[in-house]
Amino acid sequence: MAEAFLTGTDAPTGVPLKRRLRRAERARQFKALALILPLLLFLLFTFLGPIAGMLWRSVDDWEVGKVLPHTVAALADWDGKDVPDEKAYAALADDIQAARAAGTIAIASKRLNYALNGFRTILASTARNLKAAPEPGTAKETLGKINPAWGERATWTAIKGASGPITSFYLLAALDLTRNVDGAIVAAPPDQAIYRDLFARTFTISFGVTVLCLILGFPVAYLLAALPPGRSNLLMIFVLLPFWTSLLVRTCAWIVLLQKEGVVNDSLRWLGIIDEPLRLIYNRFGVVVAMTHVLLPFMILPLYSSMKAISPAYMRAAASLGASPVTAFLRIYLPQTLPGIGAGCLLVFILALGYYITPALVGGAPDQMISYFIALYTTETVNWGLASALGAVLLFATLLLAAVYGKLVSGQQVTGGMKN
Amino acid sequence: MDGGMVTSAPALVRFAGIQKTYDGEHLVVKNLDLDIRKGEFVTLLGPSGSGKTTTLMMLAGFEVPTHGEIYLADRPIKNTPPHKRDIGMVFQNYALFPHLTIEENVAFPLSVRKVNKAEAQERVRTALRMIKLENLAHRRPGQLSGGQQQRVALARALVFNPQLVLMDEPLGALDKRLREQMQLEIKQLHETMGITVVYVTHDQSEALTMSDRIAVFNDGIVQQIDKPNTLYEHPVNSFVANFVGENNVLAGTVENIEQGYCRVALASGGFVMAQAVNVTGAGAATSLSVRPERVSLLTDDEASDGPNRLRATVHNTIYLGDHALAVLAVAGNEEFMVKLQPGAHGGLSHGQSVSITFRPEDCLALDPV
Repeated sequence: MAEAFLTGTDAPTGVPLKRRLRRAERARQFKALALILPLLLFLLFTFLGPIAGMLWRSVDDWEVGKVLPHTVAALADWDGKDVPDEKAYAALADDIQAARAAGTIAIASKRLNYALNGFRTILASTARNLKAAPEPGTAKETLGKINPAWGERATWTAIKGASGPITSFYLLAALDLTRNVDGAIVAAPPDQAIYRDLFARTFTISFGVTVLCLILGFPVAYLLAALPPGRSNLLMIFVLLPFWTSLLVRTCAWIVLLQKEGVVNDSLRWLGIIDEPLRLIYNRFGVVVAMTHVLLPFMILPLYSSMKAISPAYMRAAASLGASPVTAFLRIYLPQTLPGIGAGCLLVFILALGYYITPALVGGAPDQMISYFIALYTTETVNWGLASALGAVLLFATLLLAAVYGKLVSGQQVTGGMKN
Repeated sequence: MDGGMVTSAPALVRFAGIQKTYDGEHLVVKNLDLDIRKGEFVTLLGPSGSGKTTTLMMLAGFEVPTHGEIYLADRPIKNTPPHKRDIGMVFQNYALFPHLTIEENVAFPLSVRKVNKAEAQERVRTALRMIKLENLAHRRPGQLSGGQQQRVALARALVFNPQLVLMDEPLGALDKRLREQMQLEIKQLHETMGITVVYVTHDQSEALTMSDRIAVFNDGIVQQIDKPNTLYEHPVNSFVANFVGENNVLAGTVENIEQGYCRVALASGGFVMAQAVNVTGAGAATSLSVRPERVSLLTDDEASDGPNRLRATVHNTIYLGDHALAVLAVAGNEEFMVKLQPGAHGGLSHGQSVSITFRPEDCLALDPV
């Protein structure tokens, strides 16, 4: 009986033990859910929603389909081998006239201009010169006369490629890829291929900042964990001090310090170490220094919390067992800080990837990171598709990193054997 | 191991005039001179703050003596860093490395000594067999119970055959039954392996169970160092008498001393004959020490005047299973304990008037508390 009761197959009330447990737990689960619900909703609207929107925009392709609906329909069964037939030309002429009347030509021409440079002019001149609907059967001829580009296959491929409703155009562009006239994916022309370099630069700067933060933060975190509480609290205040001032102020402070007539250059010159002022800002050096400064606390705090959990008894035990201080550090202390190192590096790296203000203020043109271009496409050129695609690629790379980190950490399985 | 053999063995550890202060004002250890012989199990016993752990830490190399020298096998080690001392240590909270498996933990001292792999593996296996945890070799410390973790810590401290093994309250975190079992296991290991052990505890029964000799610490000074039975039966002062075992204290004044015995006038009136152990002379204040099991209870009709007979009032009796204690009010001591004969605890009631007696040789006149 007792055994049957435990396995839940023959419980006294006839209800399986598992279900009774679930029922008993339900009220508590509801309460827990109610507690996190506000945050959950907040995240849904402010975080998950925008991300979903961004991902959608990176593939969304509505402009041409909306402005030139008949053309898109006429091109649906075009094989793309030669210029399309008269029907497509007629549809285009209709669409252009309708769009001109509605004032929506610019919407389509902006999108088509991404696909084929100069399309804006083609469309504008056609709209201007197409006084009336061409006679039936002469559309091809009429349009060809207005602009010879209508006689080229590439023009029509561009329209077909942009006819939506979704496109891989932006995502490919974000990776320096494009489709050629035949629809195959090829490398983008060199003058447009800037994004891979940009991602590489973004990752290089972020990596450098992360390594610097680790090198500078590790000893500080160690000191924080090792000092007696009074002094460690004081030190902690210094570590957290940067959080009390705005990012903009801190970045501007670096400009004051590092500029040509700044504090650092003046001091070095006064000491006679240099004759000419060093170029410390509006270059890679300035970006890395300022970003490292801003991100350092994000490295120190996880390191500190992992070090705080390491009892000094471990190092003593290692020494009593014959390990020299270096061996004890490398084989006993360091491995136990790995989760902290991992968390700190991941945090700093991911934050650095998305850094915008600091590189924008203290970096030169060759030091701008991906976020600068995302902002540029969002606010200046209003190419939201490309901005979203760059964001999506960045998001994907970040998630990949987080997954790798998760894999590494779960393989670690660090459990506290000592509870004091 | 019998006492004679221990005495003839050479000193392995020698503390010579050791002093230690942390703040430059108070000495935590005052003038410690202590010899520990090879193969001996010596316990440093004392209340917290008595300097016993500091002494152990100086021996391990984690604290530096302010004054004096420590010799290990006739070699001064004051300036030798801990990792070069060849001393195994077991910590109170085990200090097993949480990121290593049991096997890797035990192999650690061998691998830092660059013992070759095959030999190390063999020695680790032997050590794990010794503590009967071969089947848990690949677990991590967090997955083991406290007792198992302590066994691993023990194996780790012994696997590299150190000259000396230090144990800092190793059983403090275990429950009573497990602690008693581990005491016997450690004692057994000590006897079969012939290792020298310095053991720190504040638990006097643990010290009595395990040690060849016990050094009782108080206030930075070794009060007495002796074999367990000597310590219990012949404490040299009130502190030792009170710290080791149950003890009844009666305050009085020495009237005279004759042939090792003295007549003591109790503060509450009456006289007691006692062994003069630590009294300065006639007129000096003294604390008399009587063990509960050395006191006999007399019912009223047996009572007659004689040496060392005192009137007492029963407060209550405490039943402890294997024996019972009567708590009495005797000569101003309201918690005078008497160990009762088996089955005798039923006959006493609260407020009952009784008499007690003890032999003069069982009553020690010590320094006043």
